[in-house]
Amino acid sequence: MTLSSKQATLLVLVALMALSPLFFPSGYYYRIGSLIFVNGLAVTGIVILTGYAGQISLGHAGFAGIGAYACALMPPKFGVHPAMAMVLGAAMSGSVAYVVGRPILRLKGYYLAVASLGFGILVSMVLSNETALTGGPDGMKVPELGLRAVLNEWGLTLTNPQFWYALSGLFLLVGAWLALNLYDSPSGRALRALHGSEVAASTVGIDVAAAKLNAFVISAIYASLAGSLLALQNRMVTPDVAGYMHSIEMVTMAVLGGSGSVLGAIFGAGILTLLPQVLTVFQQYEQVMLGLIMMLVMIFLRDGLLPSLVSLMRGRGE
Amino acid sequence: MSETMQFLLSGITVGAVYALVALGFTIIYNASDVVNFAQGEFVMLGGMITVFTHQAGLPLPLAALIAIVLTAAIGVGFNKLAIETARGAPVVSVIIITIGASIFIQGVAQIVFDKQLHRFPAISGDDPIKLLGATILPQSLWVIAGALVIFTGLWLFFTKTLLGRAVLATSNNRVAAQLVGININFVMTLSFALSAGIGALAGVLVTPITLVSYQVGIALALKGFASAMLGGMGNPKGALVGGAMLGLMESLTAGFISSQYKDAVAFVVILAVLFAMPQGLYGRKSMDRV
Repeated sequence: MTLSSKQATLLVLVALMALSPLFFPSGYYYRIGSLIFVNGLAVTGIVILTGYAGQISLGHAGFAGIGAYACALMPPKFGVHPAMAMVLGAAMSGSVAYVVGRPILRLKGYYLAVASLGFGILVSMVLSNETALTGGPDGMKVPELGLRAVLNEWGLTLTNPQFWYALSGLFLLVGAWLALNLYDSPSGRALRALHGSEVAASTVGIDVAAAKLNAFVISAIYASLAGSLLALQNRMVTPDVAGYMHSIEMVTMAVLGGSGSVLGAIFGAGILTLLPQVLTVFQQYEQVMLGLIMMLVMIFLRDGLLPSLVSLMRGRGE
Repeated sequence: MSETMQFLLSGITVGAVYALVALGFTIIYNASDVVNFAQGEFVMLGGMITVFTHQAGLPLPLAALIAIVLTAAIGVGFNKLAIETARGAPVVSVIIITIGASIFIQGVAQIVFDKQLHRFPAISGDDPIKLLGATILPQSLWVIAGALVIFTGLWLFFTKTLLGRAVLATSNNRVAAQLVGININFVMTLSFALSAGIGALAGVLVTPITLVSYQVGIALALKGFASAMLGGMGNPKGALVGGAMLGLMESLTAGFISSQYKDAVAFVVILAVLFAMPQGLYGRKSMDRV
């Protein structure tokens, strides 16, 4: 039996998620694992936008910020359950992406880059300035999701890091599955076609602007969900989640691993989440490193690390 | 009335800086179709290098000259090492490269210099001049004069000199320019040097007013781009007018609506321009619409 690349990708992900805990020296690694999954989820959204559709956003952290603050603000203000707040946050991010993306995506690539950069800055500006509502730069507390207590009652006892490892892993799996399904669907083909040539795509009847807008909205929802998960897991949130550097991290993760492949991008998210944990030097020089990675990968390994490695190995094998 | 006048004067001052950043964008965009997101970092470098060479004991004019020359050299190096090696890459890849360069330069500035805010003395002192019921700093006049001189200089260069026309020819049609014997590589080098040097000059002029730190670049890039778009991408006159308009809008917003949200103006302008007139005020009519 041969596996399709979709099944192979999901299988690799499931195997990694299930087997890695066997090698964890301490409970702390569940936390790192769940951070990788959360970043992986956001980056999977970037794959749809950048890898499939060939558009670039420099403000996706803005959507993560909307998702995160939805979970922090809605439960105490409106009595909404945190899980519901997550859904509402995603809906809000999607709508904002739709409104902002509509005028921009009719135009060339760099307009989206600039406008999304402005959008991201705007969101983090609002989050830092509206102190009465958001607690300003110090951030605010986020309510408990409450799902772990329910699982406990059912007899499934998990430590907090284990629970978040499992939950974010599940989100990432579903997110990756949807993204992989999209790849071969008519909409996904339309996106990849317009990535190749917008003119050619529109000649064969693809509504290029609408297709790009779809990709932008979907990826915004991914980022928003990732932001919500992060906030609920940390039980607190600061405007940094919407900051410019966070947007840059997302793009770098996708680009490093390979923005054209879901597995590659998650791999990139894994590397860039792990590196600061193992190398303190990396933390100190984070900006220099991120900038260097972006430039070097785009100049020398345009497909990203994982796809380049794979094609190298295939080439050797033949 | 005098209050409004005050807002207008400070708006024109920041507007002149945005215009210089937008002019830098325009030069590189015209020569190579590259939208250089690292443009704001040139301004930051101009300010920071002047601050630190001045602190090291050099007289201010010499420090400023060193900053401009060094920044121009960095611009040329960036073009040779990154932009030219990636020639032919898709737009998205080039954007990521220039963003990467911007982050990289910020990171290096953070390490080589520091994370503090800095300034150095203004050229003609800090005594405000009274003007039409408001006051203006002498340094503001230097900034405005700088923008006008650079604009005029560029205009003369592009219309009256052979070299300038070669740059224009390259921006119109690269292949045709190459066929008539224009050295494209030299044109590119020149454009990056000019653009980075102008950015650095803006940094030198504005630092005594707004101060400089390693992270001022990205906001300037965004506003310079908004100005260039408002005026019409690729048009130097548009860059000048767009910069002035954005500066005025920002300062009026800060004065009458909210000083916290003045930075949001650039974003609103970008969206409004994209929505209502994507070609900008003076832009070419033919746009790559899809």
